[in-house]
Amino acid sequence: MSIVRATRAELAKVFTVRLWWILALVMLLYVGALSGILAGVFGGLDLSEAQGAPPIDLSQLYLVVYSTASAIGYVFPVLLGALAATSEFRHQTLTPTFLANPRRAQVLVAKAISMALIGALFGVVALVGSVGAGAIVLSAVGKDAGLGDSDTWVLVGRVVLAMALWAVIGVALGTLVPNQVAALVIVLAFTQFVEPILRSVSAIWEWTARVGQFLPGSASDALVGWSVFTSLGATTTEVIALEWWQGGLVLFGIAAVVGIVGYFAIWKRDVT
Amino acid sequence: MAATATTIDVTHLSKSFGAVEAVSDLSFVVEPGSVTGFLGPNGAGKTTTLRMLLGLVNPTSGTATFGGVGYRDLPSPLTTVGTALEASSFHPGRTARNHLGIYTTATGIDRGRIDRVLTQVGMDAYADRRVGGYSLGMRQRLGLAFALLGDPRVLVLDEPINGLDPEGIRWIRGFLRQLADEGRTVLVSSHLLSEVQQSVDRAIIITRGRLVYDGTLSGLEFTARVAVDAPDRAALHHALLAAGARVDVTEGGLIVKELDSTAIGAIAHRAGVALSLLAEQQEGLESAFLELTSAEPESQPGAHSGGAHAAPAPSVSTGRSGS
Repeated sequence: MSIVRATRAELAKVFTVRLWWILALVMLLYVGALSGILAGVFGGLDLSEAQGAPPIDLSQLYLVVYSTASAIGYVFPVLLGALAATSEFRHQTLTPTFLANPRRAQVLVAKAISMALIGALFGVVALVGSVGAGAIVLSAVGKDAGLGDSDTWVLVGRVVLAMALWAVIGVALGTLVPNQVAALVIVLAFTQFVEPILRSVSAIWEWTARVGQFLPGSASDALVGWSVFTSLGATTTEVIALEWWQGGLVLFGIAAVVGIVGYFAIWKRDVT
Repeated sequence: MAATATTIDVTHLSKSFGAVEAVSDLSFVVEPGSVTGFLGPNGAGKTTTLRMLLGLVNPTSGTATFGGVGYRDLPSPLTTVGTALEASSFHPGRTARNHLGIYTTATGIDRGRIDRVLTQVGMDAYADRRVGGYSLGMRQRLGLAFALLGDPRVLVLDEPINGLDPEGIRWIRGFLRQLADEGRTVLVSSHLLSEVQQSVDRAIIITRGRLVYDGTLSGLEFTARVAVDAPDRAALHHALLAAGARVDVTEGGLIVKELDSTAIGAIAHRAGVALSLLAEQQEGLESAFLELTSAEPESQPGAHSGGAHAAPAPSVSTGRSGS
């Protein structure tokens, strides 16, 4: 099957340069540190419960801590996906790629599949960070690490799925915006700045919240089910969020629409 | 899937980028068993033509095929046609072996070919070094290794000599010859005639997207220039013009085009003019190439500057080229 060969070639492209493990390592450290801090701060909060109990449900604090794997770490698979697509343009490797396989749609699908697999791998690595550091800190402050809770393992599975979808969104974006610098700026500006602001603002009114739930970050958190943003953020208003499967469909839809537009607008163009 | 060598057929091929016509109504055929040079100054449309042939660029009109089959329709492209385009289509962080491994994986070509072709192009010692540290010559060789990966019967090489050192140039000349002697179809582009004149059997010359010459190199040489002079220059000039020759007058003598020295000597003899100079200009082939590819139409005859390199500049200096 040539789609299998094409996918294996796309996997080989990622694993034969160093970028993937550098990003994975940074993600592991970043997610591990944040989940450790989160576990320590909110795990420690409980001790002062007598003075004025925070209006937060901390009974499943471990889920919030573990969800940082995707809630914080999702930017890494997006970056890897976007870099995988844009480096083909930047280093002109589209030429040998299309010489070896002139079926361009097949190449793009293979790239999306390969990045979904690598995104899932990133999900596992991020979970090693969030569950590893989080469980250690929670146990150290005398809290339940929840490793026996089936919700924990539901969350683990959904984080892996979310990270896979994020990597495909990265590929789609890199196909539509082949300029590597521009793609990186878009990813970082949107995930680190634009979307957090939009999510905060949209939570103010109900009708904006109904729109805001379709933001990719919100959809991702809905898919995973627990998040620092939804659980510890706006505690005074009712949280409006999609069902987990709806969140997954929104992420998939974003990847599909951006990828199809990118295919017709950029990928099929003359390679000069 | 036939293992026999195939032709390259370009028929009425045209490509416009917006208002710019990069290639216009280009037709030629490249036969197996010989090295064909695809020549023209920078910007003549060579790379665009090759990229249309390889399915990377869509033609505005016309076709470019391998024995009638378009590149995208080849059942197994890399084992049919080997291609080396510009020497920069590599990820700098990837080693040569891994670079080639991606394309054996993508096509199902036996991985054992990687070591074979790296040895063939003399790169086996650098196989596990990252491409980012390669010299231009090493990149050229790696590009060639990619072209050879599928042991193809047709080779399309864009400027493969560019950036090679003298030893590398000598090596590739022998290599191209060997590939053609094995019965393969070899098309080699270059903007410098001097680079390929020792290795090509046939030349296809284009300028500004149009075919200006298609034939043997010796046929091209017929248009070489000969410097000739006589104590009675006016009589010589008159005799040459009477014989229908194209003559430029310079301070150092007369420059005759499209006639060889034997013919000029005969004209002078018949006219009874004693010659003081009769010399074929050494850069005759190069000059003929320049003449063909000069961007200015041949409205006014004038001696071109006798530089050894083909310049894409449209300006042509007149006179002053002493013999």
